[in-house]
Amino acid sequence: MSADIPYKDALSIAALIREREISALEATEAFLARIEEVEPRVHAYINLAAERARDSAAGIDRMLQKGQALLQHRYAGVPIAIKDVLSTKGFTTTCGSRILENFVPVYDATAVERVSEAGTVMLGKANMDEFAMGSSTENSYFGPTSNPWDLERVPGGSSGGSAAAVAAGEAPWALGSDTGGSIRQPAALCGIVGMKPTYGLVSRYGLVAFASSLDQVGPMTLNVPDCAALLGVIAGHDPRDSTSIQQPPMDYLGSLSSEVRGMKAGVVRELSSEGIEPGVLDSFKRAVEVLEGLGVSCEEVSLPSFSYGLSAYYLIAPAEASSNLARFDGVRYGFRTDAEVDDIWEMYDRTRAEGFGPEVKRRIMLGTYALSAGYYDAYYAQAQKIRTLIVRDYGRAWESYDVLVSPTSPSVAFRLGEKTADPLSMYLSDICTIPVNLAGIPALSLPCGLSEGLPVGFQVMGPPLAEQKLLDIAYALEQALGFDALPPVASAGEVA
Amino acid sequence: MGFETVIGLEIHAELATESKMFCGCSTDFGGEPNSRTCPVCLGHPGVLPVANREAVASTILLGLALRCAVTPRSVFHRKNYFYPDMPKNFQISQYDVPLTSGGTLSMDMEGYTREVGITRVHLEEDTGKSIHIGESGRIHGADFSLEDFNRAGIPLAEIVTEPDMRSPEEARVFMQLLRATLEYLGISDCKMEEGSLRCDANISVSVDGRPGTKVEIKNMNSFRSLFRALSFEEERQRTELGLGHEVVQETRHWDDAAGVTHPLRSKEEAFDYRYFPEPDLVPIEPDLEWVEELRGRLPELPRARRNRFEAEYGLPGEISAMLTGEKALADYFEEAVASGQDPVALAKWIAGDLVALLNEAVVPIQACPVHPRGLGELVALVAQRIISGKMAKDVLREAFETGKGPERIVREKGLAQIEDEGELEAVVDRVIEENPDAASDMREGKEQALKFLMGRVMKATRGKANPELATSLIRKKLSP
Repeated sequence: MSADIPYKDALSIAALIREREISALEATEAFLARIEEVEPRVHAYINLAAERARDSAAGIDRMLQKGQALLQHRYAGVPIAIKDVLSTKGFTTTCGSRILENFVPVYDATAVERVSEAGTVMLGKANMDEFAMGSSTENSYFGPTSNPWDLERVPGGSSGGSAAAVAAGEAPWALGSDTGGSIRQPAALCGIVGMKPTYGLVSRYGLVAFASSLDQVGPMTLNVPDCAALLGVIAGHDPRDSTSIQQPPMDYLGSLSSEVRGMKAGVVRELSSEGIEPGVLDSFKRAVEVLEGLGVSCEEVSLPSFSYGLSAYYLIAPAEASSNLARFDGVRYGFRTDAEVDDIWEMYDRTRAEGFGPEVKRRIMLGTYALSAGYYDAYYAQAQKIRTLIVRDYGRAWESYDVLVSPTSPSVAFRLGEKTADPLSMYLSDICTIPVNLAGIPALSLPCGLSEGLPVGFQVMGPPLAEQKLLDIAYALEQALGFDALPPVASAGEVA
Repeated sequence: MGFETVIGLEIHAELATESKMFCGCSTDFGGEPNSRTCPVCLGHPGVLPVANREAVASTILLGLALRCAVTPRSVFHRKNYFYPDMPKNFQISQYDVPLTSGGTLSMDMEGYTREVGITRVHLEEDTGKSIHIGESGRIHGADFSLEDFNRAGIPLAEIVTEPDMRSPEEARVFMQLLRATLEYLGISDCKMEEGSLRCDANISVSVDGRPGTKVEIKNMNSFRSLFRALSFEEERQRTELGLGHEVVQETRHWDDAAGVTHPLRSKEEAFDYRYFPEPDLVPIEPDLEWVEELRGRLPELPRARRNRFEAEYGLPGEISAMLTGEKALADYFEEAVASGQDPVALAKWIAGDLVALLNEAVVPIQACPVHPRGLGELVALVAQRIISGKMAKDVLREAFETGKGPERIVREKGLAQIEDEGELEAVVDRVIEENPDAASDMREGKEQALKFLMGRVMKATRGKANPELATSLIRKKLSP
């Protein structure tokens, strides 16, 4: 029985445990065994929490036996992978960086607290681009993650570890974070569902900041109902995050409906023409036709400011990052240089030179420059204006459309090393996802087919707090598309 | 050459809120190093700030007291620079949209009034405290540094003035008045020694109306050092200019022991702080109702109280300024006035002997062993001629030292003046009889003899004779 557990979706596993078909410990053991089998090839995790997971699963089993499971333990015993950018009390949180290699937080992120209160069991901390900066997970200090669909290819990033873990059956679901596409792009490249909620819907407390005004925690799952369920767990007001929205709790799963007839979708011209791989475009257009078949009227819409999105993003995000990452200085915690230094300024320099990887340094320098006296108005202030224009473009679109759609990524998974030498081509991987973060709106990516044997992602964007609508459309599309392909790595173990 | 000194101040006042600016840690002074900290004020990865409403209220209150306008939508900014006592290596502060701005503080100088423009009053967080171990005592050349983050994150109100002061004395008076204002509002402990009130100054000297070059002075830890540092700097700049030298724009450090300012090393001064709006906080939009509620909470402020003391109680300006310069002193005075005694007499006793006794014993007025009612008793005893003014000084000292009431002291020691004319006449007669030379001098109109005879009368009565009564008796008996 337990060999069948991986690739069961989280809701099914929750039901099996609830109905005592399997124990929480059996579920955890099944995933740990799966991890042992495929992890050497995939490397989805930075640190595994095997013992901790067994303990907490056993604890949940005891609770279930005594009939003490509380109403809030909705997903008791369901394993989960947590992106290593979320603070976990007593468990190493590295952010994929040498500078936090051995850092053990003293508190839990709010999102971590909530999944834990829901009874889930953390299997480990998922790999990521260092401080969530990257689109391939190759910027991890702990080595890259491979795409379960083709081990020579990247899983996307920065939440590549979370996406690969779900795609390879190493976790039924995962938490990721999305600053410019870091949930949706890897979800697309790994053939899973990923959602970036409205800015402020999920607390950022304990999410190690990359770009505070863009970051958002979100679910990465095998299918849309799991996505709705996990979103329901983590969403909600948190007094520890001043940007958290005052919003009554929503039952996204309970409200999930595939009745979407009569809705209107705008196909964003700027994100579905130039620069998009033909295979991706084909698969996307077929999905648009399926959507029309479901009674959703689809028409092309132009959002001209989107052409500037990438440029604005690569000023705003690095600017905020340059300030957010200043605290990693070797004074109070984390890595400190072993070198003999003359004074604190040299200690700072050496610690940061040795502790940060090249992409992080590049962005700190970009951001520092963009905020410098004399350049602020030309760069940072200008980028904020573009941001306003993008918000307005979206605002106008919502007058005519319920949702906007586009491919999630301009390409399918690229080869490891293919773009590492050319940061600009890497940045272009986020061209379709970035405007969403700049506007703070919700968006979801779901698999819509394969191109050259690799998954293609379909992005649905909506107005602020329209998560339910996005989930409904995605749910309808998911059922109509019937995408159920599994990556080769799923059976590779048996072949070997 | 016509020199004019131009001074502007930048003051930081720690706000006496229960908890820190962006977390729930206590703001109490003291405590084991780093005992009043949490992940937020230590800048751990992933933490977020949440603004303290009480600190915002205090800052608005101060802004209102300084006649500033409250900004409808103000924004926190990050001020970025590396220093080991800054946990995040940026300080959450305010930049171009402060909570309040555009006010004035009027101060009464000797013979004129000075209106000092208040550029802004904004809110920010304090840093931790560094102790640099090594010969220099500074971060440069330190062997290592000790960091205490108990202070990190305590709310600070920053008050920036226009360059409207024209002398070190005006700067000192401004600081005293500002401190009194903070104290009246009850929003800060205002202890310069503990660092809860700190002040930097910009000073330049203009020549024949041409603006001078601004120099920033840091590290002035008392009103006295503020005055001394600015006087030194004023003189230094005048000398430079007199010699035809340029004044260099720089930041200078006041060395209190040596009594000089000297330039700071470059890494400790001007940075590019790369200000940008703090994305982890939402703008502050104080609703009008709240602002009006705060305005309603404004107490009578030092200058108004001073003017009232002059008008209502007839106090001389100098004494009124002194009493109202410290809220507790002014409160003490008004409590004493409630005793029904002469306010001027009460004020003089407080401003003179009582303050001297407090200073001598290093006791704050709040802990004064003499109750305001007791001071009323003292003034009444003098007014009713039960004791003389001279005796009253001793009674006050005894009351201060023992905590006993003046009436009780006079009763217990039998100090009451001899007011009875018959009793005193007998003493005067005896003194005249015993001092015939002085008596005849007096009859001849030699006034010195009166003093001598009075001394004898006082000696005979151990100082208890009512001096006016005794004088008139001597004069009557020995008139020329």
